[in-house]
Amino acid sequence: MKSSVITFPGSNCDRDMDVALKKFGFNNKMVWHDDIELPKSDLVVLPGGFSYGDYLRCGSMASKSKIMQSVINFAKSGGLVMGICNGFQILVESGLVPGVLLRNKYLEFICKNVFVKINNKDNPYFKNLNKEVFELHIAHNEGNYFCTRDQLKEIEDNNQIAIYYCNDNGETKEISNPNGSINNIAGIFNKEKNVLGMMPHPERMIDQSLSGEDGSIFFKNLINNIK
Amino acid sequence: MLVNEKVAIEHGLKAEEYRKICDLLKRVPNITELGIFSAMWNEHCSYKSSRLHLKKLHTKGKKVIQGPGENAGVIDIEDGDAIVFKIESHNHPSFIEPYQGAATGVGGIMRDVFTMGARPIANLNSIHFGSPQNKKTKNLLRGVVHGIGGYGNCMGVPTIGGQTSFDSSYNGNILVNAMTLGLVKKNKIFYSKAAGLNKPVIYVGSKTGRDGIHGASMASANFDEKIEEKKPTVQVGDPFTEKLLLEACLELMSGDSIIAIQDMGAAGLTSSSIEMASKGNLGIEINLNKVPCRETKMTPYEIMLSESQERMLIVLENGKEDLAKKIFDKWNLDFAVIGKTTNSKNIELFFNEKQIANIPINILVEKSPMYDRKWKKSKLPKKNRFKKNIFSNLKIKDVLKKIISNPNICSKEWIWQQYDHTVMGDTIQKPGGDSGVIRVHGTDKAVAATVDSSAVYCWAHPLTGGKQVVAESWRNLISVGATPIAITNCLNFGSPENEDNMGEFVECVEGISEASKYLNFPVVSGNVSFYNQTKEMGIKPTPSIGGVGLIKNYKKMMTMDFKDIDNLVLIIGKTEGHLDQSLFARIILDEKNGPPPEVNLFNEKNNGISLLDLIEKDLIKSAHDISLGGILTALTKMCIKGNKGIKLNKPKNLINGFSYFFAEDQGRYIIEIEPKKLKEVNKILDKNSVHHEEIGVIIKNDMIIDEKTKVTIDELKSYNTNWLRNFMN
Repeated sequence: MKSSVITFPGSNCDRDMDVALKKFGFNNKMVWHDDIELPKSDLVVLPGGFSYGDYLRCGSMASKSKIMQSVINFAKSGGLVMGICNGFQILVESGLVPGVLLRNKYLEFICKNVFVKINNKDNPYFKNLNKEVFELHIAHNEGNYFCTRDQLKEIEDNNQIAIYYCNDNGETKEISNPNGSINNIAGIFNKEKNVLGMMPHPERMIDQSLSGEDGSIFFKNLINNIK
Repeated sequence: MLVNEKVAIEHGLKAEEYRKICDLLKRVPNITELGIFSAMWNEHCSYKSSRLHLKKLHTKGKKVIQGPGENAGVIDIEDGDAIVFKIESHNHPSFIEPYQGAATGVGGIMRDVFTMGARPIANLNSIHFGSPQNKKTKNLLRGVVHGIGGYGNCMGVPTIGGQTSFDSSYNGNILVNAMTLGLVKKNKIFYSKAAGLNKPVIYVGSKTGRDGIHGASMASANFDEKIEEKKPTVQVGDPFTEKLLLEACLELMSGDSIIAIQDMGAAGLTSSSIEMASKGNLGIEINLNKVPCRETKMTPYEIMLSESQERMLIVLENGKEDLAKKIFDKWNLDFAVIGKTTNSKNIELFFNEKQIANIPINILVEKSPMYDRKWKKSKLPKKNRFKKNIFSNLKIKDVLKKIISNPNICSKEWIWQQYDHTVMGDTIQKPGGDSGVIRVHGTDKAVAATVDSSAVYCWAHPLTGGKQVVAESWRNLISVGATPIAITNCLNFGSPENEDNMGEFVECVEGISEASKYLNFPVVSGNVSFYNQTKEMGIKPTPSIGGVGLIKNYKKMMTMDFKDIDNLVLIIGKTEGHLDQSLFARIILDEKNGPPPEVNLFNEKNNGISLLDLIEKDLIKSAHDISLGGILTALTKMCIKGNKGIKLNKPKNLINGFSYFFAEDQGRYIIEIEPKKLKEVNKILDKNSVHHEEIGVIIKNDMIIDEKTKVTIDELKSYNTNWLRNFMN
């Protein structure tokens, strides 16, 4: 299985994602933002970081990078595109997934483990997982997902919500919401469910010695689904 | 502008220093030259008050690849790998402008590390604020934490540890010390020594602006009521550019184009160019029209003294300019050939085709002033004799509650959750433990790092305090199973022109030196920050020690959380009941006098090495050193972290319960072992003549102190975690 991780100026989780993808069997290539063509890929990942310093709106400058046109075409043709953290912000800015990501409610960067509940398994990312609640890691300043009431209805009707913040029992209450996201939303799909944007970092939880191992379950399942 | 004694004094120089400049030059300097002298001869850059004493530090050892004198120290961690590390202060700017001051402190120390070819892999910090009641404290704390996070998070380097304290002596002068560790191959280390004639001198990174002019001079003076006017001397950070600079430099360093490289930190282009030339015993020629400037009409004086961030100076091999330029173009960074190395041994500056400065480099460096300041020796204060009746009204549960919710003990989660501590995917011990631990990427090794200081002990008796901080650093590394290798020190003191403050400095350095020599724990880098003083009021002497150690097999790493019910809990090291200068004495008994606990270096070494042996033999389950707040505080943290309780035995000691539980005797640890391992553990400890005693057994949910005293772990947790959150919200 072939994957590509895009490096934007200011990306800083690109290596971590590369390590994780390779660990679970992907043949991964790093792709420079200034390239025009995407190598042949089964999965494209937009990694976390601070592309262009996040000095304009987070993800906004990166969404206009040269490579993004290829990524958008790839997504529109049904290819799998996953954006993690800053990658999610880039997806939002490029219009591949709906909504916006605002500054965290308490105006502080948050780095900690959270629980998320999978809302929809009818997609290549979560299909066949026999687990509902995952412990993953977040590290962001702008992860407060927001969309209009109409948009919310639409993404709910289309079953586009991928994951919710929750407690260890899977209850999605306000107290488990780390950043003020509307309805505890931690990740969403596009309509077709081939594009996934989420704030948590599965690549930081890929072995027992790190914050946890739920990331491993995610990646193992993902590569099996793509095969 | 005419230069005279008055102008020199306005530049922070002393009248006699100005006369010395005129004598050495055999003429009056022009204004640009005076600016250069003031930048090179201030305390921050010249170490004029400290040099004499810093020579006494213990800096050598088998694992030391590079000691003090370079951008950072370097130690050997085997298999061809090395760790580059250093701690540095950014105190004065952080008080004036907390966000930018702290952010650029973090940026500066990371540059020091990647200048040497190392990729930064971990950040730590030691930050000290005034009393929580002081009206400035909250905003300063918030600003500093945001600044540290803002820079480190964007760089994608995990912040794995730190220390925060509050003390009224920092009301007018907060401390922000930032430490970075980088990883490099032993044969790919870069140094700042220029070599060869007519080699191109390259400027890369951000453009030069008017920010930070005289920053280093500002950091070499006391504060007064006019500090607000000094805001323009604080630099502005751009972590995004630094991230690009890091990647571009490492890309260039993978080849063989670089002869020497130096970051433009304090005193900017002035000190970086002069240092490189001085180390190579060369001259340097710079055409200031070639320096990329952000603002129009910058004068040579401003260009030379700007402390704009994210800039590097490189001496390249001839003919490598195009290759280097291509890399910096790729990363969208400025690149300019601004000069060359010469055999004049002078720094020569040109502007609009005219020579505008010409100074022999040895005058600026070797001939810079060095002072043997007057200093006062401290006497060891007399011990307090606490009468029995002062304990009789105390309830142990109330005391414990007060201690673990004290600002200097309480959980600092509010702070470290704002730092990305897991990026790079190798953080195996997060902040909140005895040391932060990161794996050496792709290997079985891990590096542990901690930063410590004990201003109260140093204030009570500097010599003992100096020793104690080194010992504490050593213990924090051992507690996670790491073999301590070396330290970096950031020496924060008041004015060296005050005999008491200077005495504190001299004796703390002596203490650090003695302990590091005995423990074979050499100092490889560091910096001195004097003038942490507002008018007549100096800070408590605060040497911060950053310790680094190696864990050969990261699976053997130790943590402090209690693991399993029914396991036994032992104390290693003897409890004598030393209460003077303990948190208990200060906040419960309101007694501020007396000597700090004695540091017995033989016991430190023996107890530490014995504990490492137990860890190596897989005999223990958790470990934690006993420091501020004594035994009961340490046990509380182990309970909270492991979500377990403990039933304590009745202490066998003759001293009263409060002295036993809250004394701050040194050289002690708490360990958890399985009951079946007790015999073997006892045997090893007895053989090594290490004092040890069983203190209790792990149970569920509660801490049972005696028949009458029981407290739930949830209760302890809320005392411990709530203070800082409530304070900040």
